Amino acid sequence: MKEVFIYDAVRTPRGKGRKDGSLHEVTALALSTTILNNIRERNDLDGNAVEDVIWGNVTQIGEQGACLARTAVLASELDESIPGISINRFCASGLEAVNLATNQIRGGAGNCYIAGGVESMSRVPMSSDGGAVAVDPSFTMNNYFVPQGISADLIATKYGFSRDHADELAVESQKRANIAWNESRFSRSIVPVKDVNGLTILEHDEYIRPDTDMQKLGALKAAFQDIGEGMPGFDKVALMKYPEIDKINHIHHAGNSSGIVDGAAGILIGDQEFGKALGLNPRAKIRATCKVGTEPTIMLTGPVPATNKILSDSGLKVNDIDLFEVNEAFASIVLMFEKAFKINHDKVNVNGGSIAMGHPLGATGAMILGTLLDELERQDKTMGLATLCVASGMGAATIIERV
Amino acid sequence: MADFSLKIDPDRIATIIWDCPQKPFNILNFEAIKLLDSLIDKILLDENIIGAVITSAKPDFAAGMDLKVLADLKKLNGDNPAKGLFEGFMQMHSIMRKIERAGMDPKTNKGGKPIVTVLPGTALGIGLEIPLCTHRIFAANNDKAKIGLPEIKVGIFPGAGGTTRLVRKLGIFGASEFLLEGKTLDPMRAKSAGLIDEVSATPMADAKAWIMAASDPDIVKPWDQKGYKLPGGAPYTPSGFMTFVGASAMVNGKTMGAYPATKALMSAVYEGSLVPFDTALRIEARWFTNIVMNPSSSAMIRSLFISKGALEKGAVRPKNVPDQSVRIIGILGAGMMGAGIALVAAQAGIEVVLVDQDQNSANKGKEYSEKYLTDGIKRGKISEKIREKTLNRIIATDDYTKLADADLVIEAVFEDTKVKSDVTKAAVEVIHKDCIFASNTSTLPISELAKASKHPENYIGIHFFSPVEKMLLVEIIKGEKTESRAVAKALDFVRQIKKTPIVVNDARFFYANRCIIPYLNEGLRMITEGIPPSIIESAAKQLGFPLGPIQLVDETSIELGAKIARATKAAMGALYPNEQIDKILFWMEQEGRLGRKAGAGFFNYNEKGKREGFWKGLEEKYPLSTTIPTFEDVQHRLMFIQALEAVRALEEGVLMDIREGDVGAILGWGFAPWSGGPLSWLDILGTPYAAERCQALYETYGPRFECPPLLADMGKNNEAFYERFSP
Repeated sequence: MKEVFIYDAVRTPRGKGRKDGSLHEVTALALSTTILNNIRERNDLDGNAVEDVIWGNVTQIGEQGACLARTAVLASELDESIPGISINRFCASGLEAVNLATNQIRGGAGNCYIAGGVESMSRVPMSSDGGAVAVDPSFTMNNYFVPQGISADLIATKYGFSRDHADELAVESQKRANIAWNESRFSRSIVPVKDVNGLTILEHDEYIRPDTDMQKLGALKAAFQDIGEGMPGFDKVALMKYPEIDKINHIHHAGNSSGIVDGAAGILIGDQEFGKALGLNPRAKIRATCKVGTEPTIMLTGPVPATNKILSDSGLKVNDIDLFEVNEAFASIVLMFEKAFKINHDKVNVNGGSIAMGHPLGATGAMILGTLLDELERQDKTMGLATLCVASGMGAATIIERV
Repeated sequence: MADFSLKIDPDRIATIIWDCPQKPFNILNFEAIKLLDSLIDKILLDENIIGAVITSAKPDFAAGMDLKVLADLKKLNGDNPAKGLFEGFMQMHSIMRKIERAGMDPKTNKGGKPIVTVLPGTALGIGLEIPLCTHRIFAANNDKAKIGLPEIKVGIFPGAGGTTRLVRKLGIFGASEFLLEGKTLDPMRAKSAGLIDEVSATPMADAKAWIMAASDPDIVKPWDQKGYKLPGGAPYTPSGFMTFVGASAMVNGKTMGAYPATKALMSAVYEGSLVPFDTALRIEARWFTNIVMNPSSSAMIRSLFISKGALEKGAVRPKNVPDQSVRIIGILGAGMMGAGIALVAAQAGIEVVLVDQDQNSANKGKEYSEKYLTDGIKRGKISEKIREKTLNRIIATDDYTKLADADLVIEAVFEDTKVKSDVTKAAVEVIHKDCIFASNTSTLPISELAKASKHPENYIGIHFFSPVEKMLLVEIIKGEKTESRAVAKALDFVRQIKKTPIVVNDARFFYANRCIIPYLNEGLRMITEGIPPSIIESAAKQLGFPLGPIQLVDETSIELGAKIARATKAAMGALYPNEQIDKILFWMEQEGRLGRKAGAGFFNYNEKGKREGFWKGLEEKYPLSTTIPTFEDVQHRLMFIQALEAVRALEEGVLMDIREGDVGAILGWGFAPWSGGPLSWLDILGTPYAAERCQALYETYGPRFECPPLLADMGKNNEAFYERFSP
């Protein structure tokens, strides 16, 4: 099988996903073209050097609707002969874009792709695209639909993670992200977001709160207790599916769940010939890709079976992996992952994660893969695994190996 | 004589009069709706007619659809019953839509004739769905009238446009209590809820005046106007999204997913709210067909409408016994049960003599009624006058001689043969020789208790459930010597207090407790096996039981459970099968965890008596097993342990009519209502599969699941209970 490599990885900084966030004034289209133009420029991609742009994006409505990927290609300096496709695997969309591109190249469909994604959560709110999954009674009632926060709390309850466990992880995420920025560990990937006149709008992740401590987190109210225990009572629905659990322990809150932010990221992927032709050096080989479907009520357990599957597919063992990026959608996801594979937290999310820096849904997968590669290089390690939990009970993973 | 007739007045307003011949109230069948259709055609075509009123010649408008027809409909439509049903429902929609559009131009909405409804009284089910398609609903100011769509209570939902129209009229929030709970209101409240438009003393005159004044826009429904929006928002609008997300979760949690009709209704509402009105009606018809095809709806209709109605109308009452209505009732024992019986009797207009051993205790019993009725005033249910009248009917006393004029005496004293014998003997000295004497025992054999009476032929069991004023069922128990006048008396009394009776023969625990106790025991047994209690409770609730077996033990108290266990063991000797259960029961008793009233049982309780999860001591004593049976096994154990007891009761002649077995189980202890009752449930499973399944349970879990010979035989012949024992 043809080997596929990462040649470049870039991302925008993440802006707070609110009306007063720095990127609120920036369109999802502009965030996308920022990434596409930077990749083009950094790698001298002319004409039809790129086969396609696969663009992860979750809330595909309003300005993110109508195949934003194609609009972004046309709005960028890329050649119009490159088509562009928007995809949605919820929170893993950015990683799924990379995985799809990898397998296209492996199968012989072209030799270079730009894969990544975008999400302007401040401009196109989560869930504003509706969705039968949450609303259609023929589905929700027979499949025990609950929102993700309830699922995350259910995971915490089922696997025995307390609020303190989750808060400790959150404090650590903030600490690590702060160190990473202080030591400029993201500098290879970060491209500032600029206005039409070339003036910088944002050049650093603005969601981080380095002064976070246990006491501050302790003061926060559990975010999903009301909708779980009060109206409309999602706990009851979840427990119909998980009757062995007596009561859900609501441990998640704004401080130990991923932040709502705006941002975009892209990765340049190609085979060996592509690199040779353009005189580019591959940074890492994509060893394996995988996606799984899991039970949808608890919903967010995907990283564990995805990792089991990708390890087994690639003939690797957990110990062969030097560093992990496990998306911090909620603290309990990372705790569950570490418990399942008995991995020390030293190897996981070493530069912090979505709890500290935020989780721009469609972009995050590509962001954490880039962060993983940067850190493998910094530590001079070889093998890394990135994985994300995915809404509606899915998971995705990618293993990269430095070359 | 036809169900509908037409009259045209000199004012050029036509009146369609609904008057089902030989029936006390109007119910709609398919013949009648065709007639209605032709009358509507006549009204729309006749240029002399300017508008129409639909009303009833009876005191009420209509009680609903003839559910018997509905239950049979699918049989009448050949080998594709779904197609027949769907087409039938669509036909109904088109007739009702014709009324609603009233001949107006489809584009301009002009030129239609106003058609209104006048409700003299109750309008239920289709009796409200027809008015909903007219242009204005006028009701007489009749506070006895009930207005609503109670279909959901018998396992279906409004399928003649009521669902689609009400949601479009009130939004899903506004419509939910009517569609999902089947709530009915009197005319004044129905008006403020938006179900109807006008309430007055002269509804016919008002209706005609309205017709005279109506202009084109007055008769166009909001959903037929441009720019119509669903109140509260459609599913994929910013305002409606969270409402719809929340609605299905809330309904799912409340019903524990146990009712197919609720799910079908929710789907009809959701899908219908996304399309134009006529498409929504078609969707409603598809889901309605789906639910009528579901065996659960036929079983629920049969048990909760047809059988329940038949039992209330005296289906099992001995013939040739003249009316035995109770005039004066004596009640011995003013505790919780006695006080409750006094209340319901007084509410039914019966004079009550409430006796206890001292005046103070008797007064306390009467205070129960006082408090209940006062709360009723606060909630706007009754008037001060009614409260006084009702209370004046209750005499609280410690004087047995006041029982002399009673024609029925019920003893509701402590559950102990000796105590009961003593009060019976004391009462028998003073009561009239024709007075029927009843015991409200829930467990003690009636033929034994009857020995304390001079006239065992006049002695009977009348078993009330607690709390008396809420529970709908009364179990009547015939002792060996009980004669038919006593049975008729008990039945007539139950009719007076508007409850549903079943009549069974005397045997250990009669019928209800014979089934309930094994249900509780099976729950406790599963705890001892190391099955997580939350699974046991959830399994029961997802079957539609209002309370899981463990919570029910806490509610009825561990003390009572232990007491019954000891008595049963003493009576059964070596045959006693429940040693394993006694261990946990007696242990809980020792631990002082006596149930909810004690503030500690299998559950923990806070100061307010609210449950707060399972007591941790339970898991220490009975560690969770590593091999948990499947959820289906847990559910089948809870269902079969009761259903097999019902079969045995039938086999032994304790149950004399399968309808009583099914109705009694649902009303008495909330047996999985969607199933239509334990015997209906076995029919839904199919007796061959049911027999096979209990054999499997027998092999895995023990002899209590042994297939009764009757069921085995029926399984062999693939026979249904409602065939073999069809009433």
